[in-house]
Amino acid sequence: MNLVELSSRCAEWLRGSGPLSDVVVSSRARLARNLASMPFLSRCPPPKQREVVELCRSALSRLSLPPEVFFVDLEQADALDRQLLVERHLVSRQQAEALGPRGVLVAGDETIAVMINEEDHLRLQVLRGGLQIDECVAQCRRLDEMLEGQLSFAYSSRYGYLTACPTNVGTGLRVSVMLHLPALKMTGQIERVLRAARDMHLAIRGLHGEGTEPMGDFFQISNQTTLGKSEEQIANQFRDDILPHFIEYERQARQALLHERRLALEDRIFRAQATLRSARLLSSEEMMALFSHLRLGLALRIIEDTTAQTLNELSLAAQPAHIQRLLKRTLDSDQRGAARADMVRQRLSGK
Amino acid sequence: MKCEKCHREASVHLTEIVNGHAAEKHLCKECALAENYTLTDPQVPVSQLLEALVGQAGGKEAAELKCESCGQTYKEFRNTGLLGCPNDYKVFEPLLLGLLERAQEGATHHVGKVPVNAEEGEKRQKELVRLRQQLKEAVQREDYEQAARLRDQIKALETA
Repeated sequence: MNLVELSSRCAEWLRGSGPLSDVVVSSRARLARNLASMPFLSRCPPPKQREVVELCRSALSRLSLPPEVFFVDLEQADALDRQLLVERHLVSRQQAEALGPRGVLVAGDETIAVMINEEDHLRLQVLRGGLQIDECVAQCRRLDEMLEGQLSFAYSSRYGYLTACPTNVGTGLRVSVMLHLPALKMTGQIERVLRAARDMHLAIRGLHGEGTEPMGDFFQISNQTTLGKSEEQIANQFRDDILPHFIEYERQARQALLHERRLALEDRIFRAQATLRSARLLSSEEMMALFSHLRLGLALRIIEDTTAQTLNELSLAAQPAHIQRLLKRTLDSDQRGAARADMVRQRLSGK
Repeated sequence: MKCEKCHREASVHLTEIVNGHAAEKHLCKECALAENYTLTDPQVPVSQLLEALVGQAGGKEAAELKCESCGQTYKEFRNTGLLGCPNDYKVFEPLLLGLLERAQEGATHHVGKVPVNAEEGEKRQKELVRLRQQLKEAVQREDYEQAARLRDQIKALETA
């Protein structure tokens, strides 16, 4: 797979069709694992790190994985390709920017991404559109079990799977969802909701995970606790006790806007559409903020002449690395703004 | 304060328990070394030392606790938040417990998945590879009945 090709593909989660996708954009599960026979990454000299990559890669190559499977050597990949993978949520920003032997194996319409030598030797990640936590956790577990047929993971009966950072020890499982919460933002309730989430031992992050700012009213919410609960408990709690609140609050806020401030809401949505259809320069931030209004307009059936998939694809295709790969040339920030505006205008108005 | 031995400025202050009585000692660095006291590296800034000691059971001793297997000290862990190898969980156990409790809502024991028997996993993997090969062959010779059966078997095995 070459990455130029990847930049124009549609990953499973981009289709915008999963359950409850009006609020839950995507679901993700990831497991942290380390080889029992090796020191953790920070104590691995480069030759050993390379050995970890080889061992994991060879074990992964023997698994039966859904198509299309490809591996990216991140040590060899150039900065733009690494950025492209971050934009597609296939590697973390930390892994993209790190040094030394490391890589990522991608499979199944980009639902599976196995990062090698991130913070742990292995990070098994499953990403799907809409609310699909159970499917993500189950697929992660199958991957993990298949790998255990090949590799021996660091494990202790008391602490479970041993990870480089003790905040991941135990199950090594982190489940997260990307929520679109524009109505909570507009009605000024978002801070209160996010505070409540922190009180529930949840982590809140931006669009691209750890260390990133929220953009386009997207918030990534994930569990913090990995020890003392089974994988099922973690997933069930997240799905049944935590998520419904967020979805319910957002939906209530949307209804309130619709009933009490309909004209102002419509005005905002149609202005966003008009701007996107005529802008000649567009930054990523502005685009994401305007898309947020359109997405809300779609969910509330105020506008119907575009789809969530179109918006998802465009939000990805117009990111800095994607746009440069698609146009096959290096662009500075101003040039990207112009190219982004062209791309969006053409897709949304045909002009 | 002056050193008890040589009247230079004292920089080492000790409290020793001798026969049940606390006795204070104030020495300069040279005299302290002469009396065989081990001193920490004076190059390390005090602020950094303090930082490493704050909220730590065992203080200085804990910071110097070292894993023989990977060479990592507890102090290094405090600085980076990352452990060096699986053995660190044993070596630093008494110190990690409090931290784990804080980070993990009070939990200190794993109750989740136990690794599958490596042998069994491997057997299943081989079986899957074999079934996928058969499926491919069945599709090639257009035996769709057999292919459907194999597909169900693969699905059952994969989701078992």
